[in-house]
Amino acid sequence: MADQRSPWFMPAIFAGGLVFGLGLAISGMARPEVVLDFLQFDDFGLLFVMGGAAVVTGVTFFVATRYLDRAPLTASEYTRRLKRFDRNVVLGGAIFGVGWGLSGICPGAAYASFGIGNYPILWAVGGMFLGAYAQGFVRSRLSDAAPSS
Amino acid sequence: MAVTPLVGALFPRGVLPYLIGGLLVGLGAAIIYLSTGIIAGASTFLESTLSYVSDASRFNRTKYVRSRDWRVVFTLGIVAGAAVWGFVLSPDPGAWTTDVQPWRLAVGGLLVGVGTRLGKGCTSGHGVCGVGSLSRTSLVNVATFMAFAIGTAQLVAALGVSP
Repeated sequence: MADQRSPWFMPAIFAGGLVFGLGLAISGMARPEVVLDFLQFDDFGLLFVMGGAAVVTGVTFFVATRYLDRAPLTASEYTRRLKRFDRNVVLGGAIFGVGWGLSGICPGAAYASFGIGNYPILWAVGGMFLGAYAQGFVRSRLSDAAPSS
Repeated sequence: MAVTPLVGALFPRGVLPYLIGGLLVGLGAAIIYLSTGIIAGASTFLESTLSYVSDASRFNRTKYVRSRDWRVVFTLGIVAGAAVWGFVLSPDPGAWTTDVQPWRLAVGGLLVGVGTRLGKGCTSGHGVCGVGSLSRTSLVNVATFMAFAIGTAQLVAALGVSP
């Protein structure tokens, strides 16, 4: 992935992030209160955020994997996002869900939240780094101890 | 016209900002995908960035070290794009801050950090790109985190914690 990067690689990533963040801010997902309103059944608008976004990526993935050759800036092949299923997918999803329901914030929305001036969100970003570090530290220990995995 | 009160009850803020925002989130992911072939998720940044400061083998896997630079750029783009809305284009420009208590943000964030990395993705990776790929792994993950998030948020509200 991304072996031969064109000079336009980083500008394209930044432009994509810019539009992504703009969308998160417009949609209200950058505000934990809006997410909590959805999870508490006071406002179902978030269905349109995830639904609208998934339809756009779905059509893009379908067209690119079928009809397009290789990505212009990296020469990578177009693939779909298919990850192997194991019990961690369910366990991780459950832990993430409790955290999302408690705080109303998920990773991408947290970065966008900082962008709209919501500096208290750094509590959440700090927590996310700490959580990512904790699970990575434990899993590094486990895999370093195992002969091979 | 009879449906208007129902729509108003289900969507008190209207539908348009949600729909436009969602389409732009998808468009942002599509710009990166079509130009680079990369399927971008927001939570891998948490681990790949830790490879700059930690020697733990988990963070220094090849796929993290090779993607850590653009993941920082992607995250800076998200911050900048949201700032463009919040401080320039929004009908009511200016900094906005949440009323959610810091302890909920910190503890919730911690669980989000553990859960998204253990579960191989978050709302963008599984929720947008994985669902867009019709991946069964992602559909199961999304159904799981949705159910637990709704349960937790309802419990928090029932205990009288607000917002």
